[in-house]
Amino acid sequence: MTGLANGPAPFPMTDSTVLKLTGLSKRFGSVVANDDVSLTLKKGEVLALLGENGAGKTTLMNMLFGHYLPDAGSVDVADEEGTLRALPLGHPQAALGAGVGMVHQHFTLAENLNALDNITLGSEPLFALKRDRAAARRKIEGIIERSGLNAPLNVPVGRLTVGERQRVEILKALYRDARILVLDEPTAVLTPQEADTLFENIQAMTQDGLSVIFISHKLREVLAFSDRIAVLRHGRKVGEMATSEADETSIARMMVGADTPKVARAELAPGKPVMQLAGISVAGRSKRDTLKDVDLTVNAHEILGVAGISGNGQGGLARVISGLVHPSAGRISIDDRPIAKLSPAAMVKAGIGRIPEDRHHEGIVGSMSVAENMVIERLDDPEVQRFGLLRHDEIRSHSEELAQEYDVRGPGVTASARLLSGGNIQKLILARVFERAPRLILANQPTRGLDMGAAAEVGRRLLEARERGAGVVLISEDLDEILGLADRIVVIRDGTLIEAATHDRETIGLMMAGETE
Amino acid sequence: MMDLLNILLSESFWAASLRIATPLIFGVLGALICERAGVLNLGIEGIFVVGAMCGWMAVWLGAGLWGGILVAACAGAFFGLLHAILTVPLGLSQHVSGLGITLFATSVSYFTYRTALPSVSSPPRIEPFQPLDLPILSDLPFLGPVLFQQTTLTWLALAFVALVWYVMNRTALGVALQAVGDNPNSVDAQGLSVYGLRIGAIVAGSALMALGGAFLTMSAFDAFFFGMVNGRGWVCIALVIFASWRPGKALFGALLFGAFDALQVRLQTEMGALVPGQVFLMAPYILSIIALVIAARSADYPRALLTPWFKGQR
Repeated sequence: MTGLANGPAPFPMTDSTVLKLTGLSKRFGSVVANDDVSLTLKKGEVLALLGENGAGKTTLMNMLFGHYLPDAGSVDVADEEGTLRALPLGHPQAALGAGVGMVHQHFTLAENLNALDNITLGSEPLFALKRDRAAARRKIEGIIERSGLNAPLNVPVGRLTVGERQRVEILKALYRDARILVLDEPTAVLTPQEADTLFENIQAMTQDGLSVIFISHKLREVLAFSDRIAVLRHGRKVGEMATSEADETSIARMMVGADTPKVARAELAPGKPVMQLAGISVAGRSKRDTLKDVDLTVNAHEILGVAGISGNGQGGLARVISGLVHPSAGRISIDDRPIAKLSPAAMVKAGIGRIPEDRHHEGIVGSMSVAENMVIERLDDPEVQRFGLLRHDEIRSHSEELAQEYDVRGPGVTASARLLSGGNIQKLILARVFERAPRLILANQPTRGLDMGAAAEVGRRLLEARERGAGVVLISEDLDEILGLADRIVVIRDGTLIEAATHDRETIGLMMAGETE
Repeated sequence: MMDLLNILLSESFWAASLRIATPLIFGVLGALICERAGVLNLGIEGIFVVGAMCGWMAVWLGAGLWGGILVAACAGAFFGLLHAILTVPLGLSQHVSGLGITLFATSVSYFTYRTALPSVSSPPRIEPFQPLDLPILSDLPFLGPVLFQQTTLTWLALAFVALVWYVMNRTALGVALQAVGDNPNSVDAQGLSVYGLRIGAIVAGSALMALGGAFLTMSAFDAFFFGMVNGRGWVCIALVIFASWRPGKALFGALLFGAFDALQVRLQTEMGALVPGQVFLMAPYILSIIALVIAARSADYPRALLTPWFKGQR
C-alpha cells in the first residue's frame, strides 16, 4: 500500500496514523473525568469508543475538539501530507482547521437558520459585505452527492426531522474538510432504519479516507460497523481490541468491570391489591393521554408490565397514577381506601413512588442541588425540616449516605442536579423513591437511554421493591424489559387495557398492533 | 368624523408621525440587534437619556452637530459595553443589569447636566439639525413636507433600517448573530466567539439607542431637560416584539406608534373640551398594548434570549 500521493487509496489505509491522543487527563473539581487516556486512529478507520454513562467518553472528545482544556496530555493530528502535528488545545477553531469535525450528541444547530446557513456558519469572513451562497451551495451539493447524506438546504432547521438534522451536523463537519469525524452517540435519537442508513453513509465516506470515532453504548451497532473498539471505564482506558476479535460478552465485561449479574427473581405469590383503578376515563388532549374505561388492579409482590406502542395512552395512565390529571370518570383506591382528592401530593402521601418518563424535566429540579432533590418529596418530614426551616446538615449527610448506597456519581451532593449524567439522575430518582418505601411504584420508561449497568440496577431495585411487598406498574416500550421483569402483562392500545394471559412475545406483539382480541 | 378625516389627510399629521417615529426607529433597531444576539437590553431607557444629554452637551460645548452625534453614539456604546460585560461573560440576570443600567445612566446624565449648569433655570439652547431643503423634492405637494422636510437624522434612521436588514439577512455576520441568539453552541462549535458576537451586538445596538436619544435634543427639540425621554425606551422594547425581531416590521411598528401619538395631539385640540386630555395621552400606549397583544401571540422569540452561555459548559 503506497497510494498516499495518488489521491484516495482504493482501500482504507491501515498504516498511517491520523490522530494521536497522548495521556489526556481532565478533572472537574474533585471528579476525575479522564485519567491518562491515550488513543490512536488510523486513516479510513472506524473506531468505536465504548463505555457506560459518565465513563468520560464525551469529555475526551470535547478535549480533542477544544471545548475543554485538558489538565495534562497532548493531541497530534496529521496534516494533509500525513505528518503528525501538535494541536493547540482549547481552541475549537484550531481543531476545525486541522480537519477535526465533531457531531455533538445534543445538536449544535441554530433552528431559525436553514441548513445552508448552519453549514457555512463560521467558515466565511464575518465582516465581508457579501456572501457567496451559490458557491457554498455547489460545494455542499457535491458533498451530499459523494456521501449520500441528504438534507433539504433551504428550510429552517427547526422544521427538519431528527435524522435530517443529524445529517446537517455531519455535513457541517465535511464542509470544513474534516478528515477526522467524531460522532457522539449518533444513533441515540434515530430510528433503526435511519441508524442503518447513517452507518452505510459513514462506510462510504471511509472509503474516501475519512477516519471516524463514534461514541456509543449500543453493542449491536458497535460490532456491526466499527473496525476497532476502545473501552473507557471511570475515565480510564481499560481495553482496546479489533472488532473482529470482540464479542458482546467480552465487551460488556470490560465496560462494567465485571460480568453483569443475572438478576435473580424470587418466586412470589401476589399479595393483596395495592392499587385499583375502576372505570377510569381520561379525555386527553391527544391520543397519547387518553384513557377509556380502564380497570386495573395491581397487587403486592407483583410487577405489572404495561406494554404498548408509544402514544397509545401510556401518558394518560401515568398521569392518573401520579395524580397529575383528573379522570373524567372512575375511581382510584389505594390499599382499599378510595382517593378522594387527586393531586400529586395526595398520591405521594398515599404511598406512590414515581419514576417519571422525562427524568430531566419532571424527575429533578436541575438548578437545585442533588441533596435537595433527594428530599424534595418529604419536606414535611421532621428529619428534613424543623419549624419550617430546612436542616441542611442533616439533609446533606443523609443525602451522602443515599448517594453512596445508590451509587449516584457526580460532583457531590451540593452540586446542581443538572450536572449529573442521565444514568446518575435516574439513580438519584431511585434513591428518592425507594427511600420512602412506597406501596406502589410507577416506573415509566425507567431504563430508556441508560447504559447496561444503570439499566440492570433499575431492574434490580424494582425486583427488590417487589420482594418487599410493593406493587410496581412498569410502563415500557421495550418489550424485552417487560418480558424480563413483569409477573403479569397488560397491553395498552387506543387508551384501553387488555390483559395478556401469556409471556409469549409473538402474541403480545400482535396485541400491541391490535390484531387480536 | 370629518375632523378625523381632515387630520388623516393633512400633510402635517404624516410629517409629525415620521418625526415622532424617528427616535423609536433608532431605539427599536438597537434593541432588535441586542435581542437577536440573545440579550435583552433594558438599559435602553437610560441609554436614551445618555444619548440625549451627551449629544446636546457636545454641541453646546462646540463639537458641532455631527460631533454631537458621534459623542452620543460613543456614550451609548459605553453603557452598552457595561451591560454586555455584566450579562455576557459574567452571565448576570439581563433584567437586573438592564434596569440597573437605566437607573445609573439616567442619574449620571442628570448629575452631569446639573454639575455643568448648576444655576440655570431655563435650559440653554443649541442650534439643532434643520429640516432638509432639497431643490424640487422638498417642494413636492404632500411628499415634500412629509418626507423631504424632515431633518437628516430621520433619513439616517431610515438608512439604518435598510442597513440592519441587509446585515442581518445578507451577510455572514448577520447569520452568526441570528445563530448566537438561537443556539450559542452552534456558533461555538463552528469556532466563532459567542462572547465576541454578543458583546459586539450589545455595543452596536446601544450606540443606535443613544442616537434615538440624541434625536430628541438635537432635532426634535433644541435643549436637554429632565424627563424628556419619557418612556420611549420602554416603547421600543415592546415594539421589538411587535416587529417579530424584523427591521422592516420594526419600522412599521415605530411609524404606527408615531401616527397614534400624532393623532392624539390633534384630537386633543379638536375635542379637548369634551374629553379629558389624559385620555388622549393614554391612547397611543393603550393602542400599542393592544397591537402588541395581537402580534405577540405568534411572536417567535430568539430561543436563547435571556439565557446566559458559559464557555466550557455544555
